[in-house]
Amino acid sequence: MESKSKNKQIILCVQNLKKYFPIRRGFFHKIAGWVKAVDDVSFEIEQGKTLGLVGESGCGKTTVARLILKLLDPDHGKIIFRGIDIGEFTEKEMKPIRKGIQIVFQDPFGSLNPRMTAGLSIEEGLRILGVKKGNMRKQRLEQLLKMVGMSPDSANRYPHEFSGGQRQRICIARALSVDPSLVVCDEPISALDVSIQAQIINLLKDLQDRLGLSYLFISHDLNVVSYLCNTISVMYKGRIMESAPAEELFENPCHPYTLSLLSAIPDPVPGRKRKIELVEPDLSDSLMTSKGCRFQGSCPMEEPRCLEENIDFEKVGEKHFVRCWKAAKK
Amino acid sequence: MTDDNALISVQDLKVYFRTSHECARAVDGISFDVREKETVCLVGESGCGKTVSALSILGLIPIPPGEIAGGRILFQGKNLLELDEKHMQKIRGNHIAMVFQEPLTSLNPVFTIEDQIGEAIRIHKHIGAGELQDRCIQLLKDVGIPSPVQRLKDYPHQLSGGQRQRVMIAMALACDPDLIIADEPTTALDVTVQAQILQLLESIQKTRSMSILYITHDLGVVANIADRVYVMYSGIVTEQGNTAQIFHDSRHPYTQGLLASLPSRSKRGKRLFSIPGTVPNPAYKPEGCPFHPRCPHAIPTCSREHPEMCNYSHAHLARCPVLFKPANGYN
Repeated sequence: MESKSKNKQIILCVQNLKKYFPIRRGFFHKIAGWVKAVDDVSFEIEQGKTLGLVGESGCGKTTVARLILKLLDPDHGKIIFRGIDIGEFTEKEMKPIRKGIQIVFQDPFGSLNPRMTAGLSIEEGLRILGVKKGNMRKQRLEQLLKMVGMSPDSANRYPHEFSGGQRQRICIARALSVDPSLVVCDEPISALDVSIQAQIINLLKDLQDRLGLSYLFISHDLNVVSYLCNTISVMYKGRIMESAPAEELFENPCHPYTLSLLSAIPDPVPGRKRKIELVEPDLSDSLMTSKGCRFQGSCPMEEPRCLEENIDFEKVGEKHFVRCWKAAKK
Repeated sequence: MTDDNALISVQDLKVYFRTSHECARAVDGISFDVREKETVCLVGESGCGKTVSALSILGLIPIPPGEIAGGRILFQGKNLLELDEKHMQKIRGNHIAMVFQEPLTSLNPVFTIEDQIGEAIRIHKHIGAGELQDRCIQLLKDVGIPSPVQRLKDYPHQLSGGQRQRVMIAMALACDPDLIIADEPTTALDVTVQAQILQLLESIQKTRSMSILYITHDLGVVANIADRVYVMYSGIVTEQGNTAQIFHDSRHPYTQGLLASLPSRSKRGKRLFSIPGTVPNPAYKPEGCPFHPRCPHAIPTCSREHPEMCNYSHAHLARCPVLFKPANGYN
């Protein structure tokens, strides 16, 4: 389905991104170990496309989002946004870049300031990033509210007066206020009701078509990801295990973790009993393990080699990469 | 609508919450049955009254501000709403047990797993300490917790989310109840863990021949586990039937809309159907059918008359007199 020309403009390219958090213990807070929250993560997002980042809670999805927005500084690796490596940019250097990357958070109840009206929240970015004239901001505000399907008079109301879906619309308007080219959506619909989720998904899709936005869509809901995304990267314990175009990933999943994840999706069709290929969850502090595959201990096809060697990405198809030497062999 | 085989039968239950200036009709006349060895799902969005219905079965609605404004809950021939606290205690945890949504907040952080699983047994059955411990170990084994003997002395924070939910299920099973009410037990869990918990519930139900009342908003889960489904909207049951009837032949515009709005791979590239508007505030419900402001099939009568349940086929009822034809308008 996707066009596969190589001339597509890459909006964001992440290479070998790493972020380790120290574990400090004892009286002198000596570093006792490292949590490898993001370990060697690479991906690309094309202009106007959506990359889905899926994985269980605690696998490092949100840390990746924070790194891209430079809310956290990466320990290693490149974040190339529109051809510029922003990985080591200082706060001051980042300021002009911030217009280009915006975020929509998971919880619309926690991410809006309860003491600011919707209008003030949406305008804040404009005010900080240089639109000084009040009436120009007001014009833009009206335009933004219309764009996300809300009436202009909602600008004067406070967040508690809105429902969850409406608040998420305000968060989207706020993200779009500075004309970004990339929007990071960190589980934007998981806090919403079922009947509202479809409204927000449609809104995100419409905005993408109209404004040519690129999305990094972080989610644990595979049904949503399969509907919305062009490319999907499956993350597990800080590493990307498999990455492929959406259709390909669902048709031909290779990594044993992807298989178990896909088999666990509750299918809204009664009577269709799937064979669930579940794995026992690994409860050790394996974010700290340094050697071997991250899926060790849970993998049904584990071999001694998996515990010893660092497993690299291998190509198994057009734009389809898997971090499992056994799956790649097949 | 009473069913002779029903283990528990909720009839025209009304639960209101009053504040000084308004009255939220959280549950506004719902009826449902759970038969023996059956899994029944209550599905609906937040605020539709699913949890309030479940809590009122166990007599856990705080009164005031809550108020049971009408109806009956028949369990083994007794009306639970008329029992006093002492008799209710004997049923709670013993005949009817509950599994809550958030295992971390519903387990007590300062007691060990053994204390918490044993609590219900200590209260309801009079057995010695040694036997009590054996029961706890057996329960942990039944819910699939590895090395149960070591786990007994653990505190909740030492377990993972999935294991905590398994402990919650063990607590619910402690006195071999006839009915387990599971209120969104997998919502806070990852999909892979969710699949494991669903499998566990299914196997426990088979081996112990219990009934399960499962409350959820996730239609995917419903399709997997339910025998019969009640779809709720704004405090009333809008449609009821067996799982196949609800998913393949739904007769209520709300159910149809919900099913059509689920994203999936097969709908890629197409626009998702979405139900316009939002769920009404329970204190200010629209007149007539509560769904009519969002309904694509609404006719003027809908805003005036409260719709009756229409019987379509065997035990398949929907509260919409407008729709008589099978659903194929969406998708």
